[in-house]
Amino acid sequence: MDISILREYIPLYKEALLLTMKIGWQGILMSLIIGLVGSAILHFKVPVLKTIIGIYIEIFRNTPLLVQLFFIYFALPKVGIRITAETCGVLGLGLLGGAYMIETFRSGLDAIPVIQKESALSLGMSEYQTLWHVIMPQAISISVPGLLANVIFLLKETSVFSTISLMDLMFTAKDLIGMYAKTIECLFLLVVFYLIMLLPVSIIGAIVERRLRYGQFGD
Amino acid sequence: MASLGIDVLFKGTNFMRLLQGLWVSIEISLISVAISILLGLVVGVLMTVDNKILKAVLKLYLETVRIMPQMVLLFIVYFGTTRVFGWDLSAEASAIFVFTFWGTAEMGDLVRGSIKSIPRIQFESAYALGMDKLQTYLYIILPQTIRRLIPLSINLITRMIKTTSLVMMIGIVEVLKVGQQIIEANRNTSPNAAFGVFGVVMLMYFLVCWPISRLSIYLEKRWT
Amino acid sequence: MSELLKVTHLHKEFGNNVVLKDINLSVKRGEVVVIIGPSGCGKSTFLRCLNGLEEIQGGIITVDGLPVEADKRDITKLRQKIGMVFQSYELFPHKTVIENIILAPTKVQKRNKEEVTKEAIELLDKVGLSDKKDYYPRQLSGGQKQRVAIVRALVMHPEIILFDEVTAALDPEMVHEVLETMIKLAKSGRTMLIVTHEMSFAEAVADRILFFDNGEIVEETEDVKGFFKEPVTERAQKFLRTFEYDSALYI
Repeated sequence: MDISILREYIPLYKEALLLTMKIGWQGILMSLIIGLVGSAILHFKVPVLKTIIGIYIEIFRNTPLLVQLFFIYFALPKVGIRITAETCGVLGLGLLGGAYMIETFRSGLDAIPVIQKESALSLGMSEYQTLWHVIMPQAISISVPGLLANVIFLLKETSVFSTISLMDLMFTAKDLIGMYAKTIECLFLLVVFYLIMLLPVSIIGAIVERRLRYGQFGD
Repeated sequence: MASLGIDVLFKGTNFMRLLQGLWVSIEISLISVAISILLGLVVGVLMTVDNKILKAVLKLYLETVRIMPQMVLLFIVYFGTTRVFGWDLSAEASAIFVFTFWGTAEMGDLVRGSIKSIPRIQFESAYALGMDKLQTYLYIILPQTIRRLIPLSINLITRMIKTTSLVMMIGIVEVLKVGQQIIEANRNTSPNAAFGVFGVVMLMYFLVCWPISRLSIYLEKRWT
Repeated sequence: MSELLKVTHLHKEFGNNVVLKDINLSVKRGEVVVIIGPSGCGKSTFLRCLNGLEEIQGGIITVDGLPVEADKRDITKLRQKIGMVFQSYELFPHKTVIENIILAPTKVQKRNKEEVTKEAIELLDKVGLSDKKDYYPRQLSGGQKQRVAIVRALVMHPEIILFDEVTAALDPEMVHEVLETMIKLAKSGRTMLIVTHEMSFAEAVADRILFFDNGEIVEETEDVKGFFKEPVTERAQKFLRTFEYDSALYI
């Protein structure tokens, strides 16, 4: 392996990492919002909306992100919806992630026994106070491990962004291999930079899972 | 509808070609899943064996697979092996290798999880009857885990099919690539073909994956 | 003594299954009413109706003159007048003992946090748990959890407290500490409505006994001693005899 090549390439990878992270975190934020709202809609069985959410989940969970991105980026402009590649990345990741986050939060909400809600109500709390002070904190704690798994999954999925010409890590690696054929160095840096992005989340995940899991309060 | 490029699909053999492209993805998935399930059973059992070194190695394997995007693994195998070992792996072989490598780890973890969920006393009562380790796994433990595993393995198939969409990145002509080619070829006559073609590709994936995931959910509900 | 709780012609059904039929009851301030009866007789459902946790299909429930209706907005105001303690404690697992107790007074009644905390600690002290105030529920025994749940209800200053088989989930050696707490409350003049299977406790604490069977009040009497010695109705006799047989077995 040629160290001077590595040195030369690192800034390019750094750029790519920043772009990947930027789109990745925006997409994840979007997925969290969709997840919270969508799970509440499913949990409270809001008519009409719950059907729409159900269809949305099935579509996005049963098609690959790559195909979703192609559809959003190449097909939607044909019906007049034109967006930049970056927005497309955020939107694609957010919509895909939302479908997974809804299910994660929902299973958290559903795991809280009804009688917990009743005991809060019997203290004179309103539905809203019950949700906010009693149900949600418990549901979110239960959801944390699943949520972090989703975050890792989504950050990994960003690797398909290169197909819509976003200059992310994959794009940079492929481009450099194509131009200069320094395959080993390029692949090595690719792995290192993905580790930089994903390893911290994975480690936090392992720690948090141990700490925050339901029933672990007070350890 | 003509302006949205649906017509392109029915021109010549276009639709047939898309289906053939879809079959390429499904074929790669099915081969990979089949091997993954077999190897996963072995790896999963090994994961439960009380041996520190073995445990560490398998843990490292699982975490590597969990943390690296499949696309990166695909690149490493497809581009890297040629460089380092001088192998000339075809794109298909690389894809099957990577997906099997990934699928085996996932399957192994599922197997480990279901074995762990079997109460310790089940092992002990088998040993008490004079069975050895192999017999205990073969006759007592694995049969109990199968029911739990079937829905999860089916779920792995849909994940695999969705992931195979990545193989176009290493030059395999699957459904998405065929779609691109069709759009390209009809660029002048139907400039809007992208809508119809990519829409149909998405629908195709959905029609393949959706029934399989419903089946998996159905079995999971029925059997657990 | 003035009337606090009034139930007239209460009717409750789940689908086609009638669980409470034509229940009439009036509870005065400071009165302790104990409800006994076989499992599935509707006594727990009755308590849940009183707190608006179940919708009712007929009849009227009033507390302090205000009607209890499950889906009305002011049900939260009414519930502040009615404390409830559950069989399974239902402390909030993500909050400490003291946080469990002060949550509703500060959020619902908007009372001053310091003042509520002070009161909470005094009450905890009375049940012998002030040293556990910063523990999480899972670090407590069942009996301790149930005493915390009682304090959590008390700190809301309810007019009446409903106890739904609060010792049924406890290990035998912990039943005593909870019952003792309840007897103290009864002596201090609280209005209480208690569903229980502990017959000697019922006899000791009750001003009035209601015997439920099949969704109806079969026997109602203020002659508590007399009831346990010789109930009037045959169904109550039969029910009490099952307990005698039990104790006879142990002798």
